[in-house]
Amino acid sequence: MGRVRILVGTRKGAFVLSSDARRATWQVDGPYFPGWEIYHLKGSPADPERIYASQSNGWFGQVVQRSDDGGRSWEAVSNDFSYASEPGTHQWYDGTPHPWKFARVWHFEPSLADPDTVYAGVEDAALFRSSDGGRSWQELAALREHTTSERWQPGAGGMCLHSILLDPAGRGRIWVAISAAGVFRSDDGGETWRPANRGLRSEFLPDPEVEVGHCVHDIAHHPERPEVLFMQKHWDVMRSDDGGESWREVSGNLPSDFGFVVDVHPHEPETVYVVPITSDREHFPPGGGLSVWRSRTGGEEWEALTRGLPQEHCYVNVLRDAFALDRLEPAGAYFGTTGGQVYASADGGDSWDAVVRDLPAVLSVEAQTLP
Amino acid sequence: MTRAGAPVRIVLPAALRELAGIGGEVAVALTGAPTQRGLLDALEATYPVLGGTIRDRNSARRRPFLRFFVGDEDRSLDDPDDPLPESVVSGREPFVVLGAIAGG
Repeated sequence: MGRVRILVGTRKGAFVLSSDARRATWQVDGPYFPGWEIYHLKGSPADPERIYASQSNGWFGQVVQRSDDGGRSWEAVSNDFSYASEPGTHQWYDGTPHPWKFARVWHFEPSLADPDTVYAGVEDAALFRSSDGGRSWQELAALREHTTSERWQPGAGGMCLHSILLDPAGRGRIWVAISAAGVFRSDDGGETWRPANRGLRSEFLPDPEVEVGHCVHDIAHHPERPEVLFMQKHWDVMRSDDGGESWREVSGNLPSDFGFVVDVHPHEPETVYVVPITSDREHFPPGGGLSVWRSRTGGEEWEALTRGLPQEHCYVNVLRDAFALDRLEPAGAYFGTTGGQVYASADGGDSWDAVVRDLPAVLSVEAQTLP
Repeated sequence: MTRAGAPVRIVLPAALRELAGIGGEVAVALTGAPTQRGLLDALEATYPVLGGTIRDRNSARRRPFLRFFVGDEDRSLDDPDDPLPESVVSGREPFVVLGAIAGG
């Protein structure tokens, strides 16, 4: 049958939502780390009891927490994210040089095979790896040292490395996305990197062939087809069929192609989810009605999934890491909002129910499928 | 001047006490120079989880939303290598780490 555990990071703590395979009733535990911003929690695919959590706030900076018992207890591990070389400068919002400075961990991506190996995407943008369960961190510095990095700029949320995709085939391929620099790809486990942004178009970048500078909000792929990538860019939903060598727009009939979220169905590689948001100025759903949009054709043709979701007076946002799917059959889908709701669907998005309605603003949602 | 082993008293904000599993005021032995830097080094050596939470990991400077007080005196802008006040070194007064007020 299986169970699911949903890891929810919020502005004021972490919550763990648990249910059986029917996903009809939920146990809600938390808040863990009350009062702290929990940008992201993620469990190891190799050992779901191992969970990493990014705990931070403006007063006390970054703390990294690790659980070895599925979130019942936690241990603070290393928060030493020292850049491996003199960090230099990137561009500030006004184009002037700005010193590179660590601010926080936006995203953890545990190894697919080893619970002690985990990647951390941080602000200011860099990629770190731990091979000892978070007790020490080493920067994969070639990314930050890329020849283009002086031209990277922060998005509105900061200059963050927020998305990390690992190659299930174990070829050492890694894709990361940075706001606002774009996608970078490594084929050698992070030793070398190259931009993977051909085909992206951004109005604020007058050169259509520009190598970096795109505000990529999220990227996703299906583990059985890692070379097929989907992207929610600042504007535009994009698809690559060649591992990021080239991209084409698949926004199709979406009511807005602005948004933060993109995710792929666990059993159907051509089924993709986004949550359209009105614009970069109006961070709420078009028309005040919340809807997830699903494409079963790998983009271009999209259907609105609205059953159970508020269709009027709804002005929340869904942030980039706040959407997830479990691996049960049928697959469950989950997302959290800046209004503190976490919605769950036990039928792949056809219908939704709120598991909780009044959490602090939700920053991240991850789903674990348990035996 | 060093006072190896002399305990100094430190008061931390609630969030850091909770993080470090400290019930109330904490006393740590100064093993190095009796300076603000020496005091915080000793604190972090005793409670490694506090590393980076009071001082920035990279710059070793006080995090901007925190203040340091001894009695009524704001010592936030003291040079970290200046001698600590005698009242702290002797244990008569605690060294207070205070978080800036959050709210409206």
